[in-house]
Amino acid sequence: MIRFENVTKRFGSFVAIDNLSLDIYEREFFALLGPSGCGKTTMMRMLAGFENPSEGNIELDGADIVDVPPNKRAVNMMFQSYALFPHLSVHDNIAFGLKREGMAKDKISARVAEMLRLTRLEKFASRKPHQISGGQRQRVALARSLAKAPKLLLLDEPLGALDKKLREETQFELMDIQEKTGTTFVIVTHDQEEAMTVASRVAVMDAGVLKQVATPSQIYENPNSRYVADFIGDVTILEGRARKEGNRYELAWADGQPPIVAQSALEIGPGDTCYYAIRPEKVEIHHDKPEDDNVLQGKVIDIGYLGNISTYHVQLANGQTIRAQNFNTERSTQQAFTWDDTVWVNWTDRCGILLAN
Amino acid sequence: MRRMSGFNMIALTLGFAFLYIPMVILVIYSFNESKLVTVWAGFSTKWYGSLAQNQQFLDAAWVTLRVAFFSSTIATVLGTMAAYALIRSGRFLGRTLFSGMIYAPLVMPDVITGLALLLLFISIGLDRGILTLVLAHTTFAMCYVSVVVSSRLMTFDLSLEEAARDLGCTAAEAFRLVTLPIIAPAVISGWLLAFTLSLDDLVIASFTSGPSSTTLPIKIFSSVRLGVSPEINALSTIMIGIVAVGVLAASLVSKRSLVKRQADEAAAVRAEAA
Repeated sequence: MIRFENVTKRFGSFVAIDNLSLDIYEREFFALLGPSGCGKTTMMRMLAGFENPSEGNIELDGADIVDVPPNKRAVNMMFQSYALFPHLSVHDNIAFGLKREGMAKDKISARVAEMLRLTRLEKFASRKPHQISGGQRQRVALARSLAKAPKLLLLDEPLGALDKKLREETQFELMDIQEKTGTTFVIVTHDQEEAMTVASRVAVMDAGVLKQVATPSQIYENPNSRYVADFIGDVTILEGRARKEGNRYELAWADGQPPIVAQSALEIGPGDTCYYAIRPEKVEIHHDKPEDDNVLQGKVIDIGYLGNISTYHVQLANGQTIRAQNFNTERSTQQAFTWDDTVWVNWTDRCGILLAN
Repeated sequence: MRRMSGFNMIALTLGFAFLYIPMVILVIYSFNESKLVTVWAGFSTKWYGSLAQNQQFLDAAWVTLRVAFFSSTIATVLGTMAAYALIRSGRFLGRTLFSGMIYAPLVMPDVITGLALLLLFISIGLDRGILTLVLAHTTFAMCYVSVVVSSRLMTFDLSLEEAARDLGCTAAEAFRLVTLPIIAPAVISGWLLAFTLSLDDLVIASFTSGPSSTTLPIKIFSSVRLGVSPEINALSTIMIGIVAVGVLAASLVSKRSLVKRQADEAAAVRAEAA
């Protein structure tokens, strides 16, 4: 439904978007994820019509929209600051776009009532934006941008101003609303948890290029580069040289440490430098030496206790730290492992992922 | 309320005395029975009565009000437009020069502005009268308006305009329906400032007014040269009263809306917590 074709955007000599192509499908909840300054907001502003690409095409439903001004696009945006009109009531904020369309009065009030119901704001229709709370303002902004039933809704860091608990609730509300309305949502965020929770597909961006576009689980379990593996979630990354052994690779990564065995479909030439990424929840930790594909010995130097899980930083003899996570299934304030314990960490050959770059 | 220290008390008293004693004396003498300004001969309001009969003063007041109204209105429109252009158009070539030039008349001596305008009117053959007065006052009041409005626009959230355009407004509609209502308090106070500046002005008016368009300040100044009359005192007292009421009203209105807004926000936070 949306197609970016070799889009480049320059601000002076700074390249914000670098020859980028991307397809976003109908009824999708698509997330643009990346650190600040990676170009994700520029992508969104080009979709809304506030910026024009320096080169390339942007298509919406097969029609080129580069020269269409923002007020003529079937695209609406929910702003990071919400941008509610302070001089208008909640009702009039939501009705604003419908009035510009020249919709009949009774149709406007029906549509506004529908939006108020959808966002559970019926009681606040006559209030001004400064008379309601932050979470309510966020819902007004959402209702206003959905009122015109756009083909595409853009959300710029929509939950950034909410506190953690409210943010989590609102994420599920957003998903509900997206399903109910069947609108295509594109969300911009730097919060990887948010992107993973709400989106059906995620694009990880860095310095104006797409690093990987895939479903959240693919991005998490099968990152295609060190950058993506490191940006999404917790990970330990080791560098070494791989040698093919049957259907597995053996990675020589440090003197005095056994090689790491890993299954991978990747083609890596003998002697090429490659990387190995292992997530802490896939690493087990034991007092006695276990039997497994990969077993390493070390010492606990740090413990992060989060209630439901604990993360152990285990330092090996060569100084490398491996992170291991344990679920605290027993209700006990006494931890099984403590500082300076000598422990074993282990994982199978399918747990980690080999990366070429 | 905290008690004030002795030193603060004295400093405050001295400061206010310095500012207000001349005006208090003027007000007191406007109620003087005697025709001699410096001799107190009992309380009377007769000079207010005779002022109302003085056609020359009434004419001058009418001229002044009309000039102030038209010049401040035109200055508000032009000044707002200039401020908007300077803040919104980003960094165009010569922007610093333009913004410097719009503030220059603020520090330019009135005599020079007046003289320059006089030369202009003579060279294009415009007869001096109400029109030239309005033009002259518009010129210098405009930069005050643009200072007030641009300082408001500087803190204006640009995404409000973008939201308006996103919801179907052209750039002009976005300005009319969203920007203007939000910056209206700044525009109104710019207008009030321009209005009082025009009421006050003597120097520029004396260069650009004609025989048919004597303003109140010019009239007061020229009659004082023939001697201070109790009528002038009465007139000045009325002007002080008008300005005081205006300033008080403006500050009350803005204070009340601020207090109400804070109360509303506090209520919203409480509702959230409940």
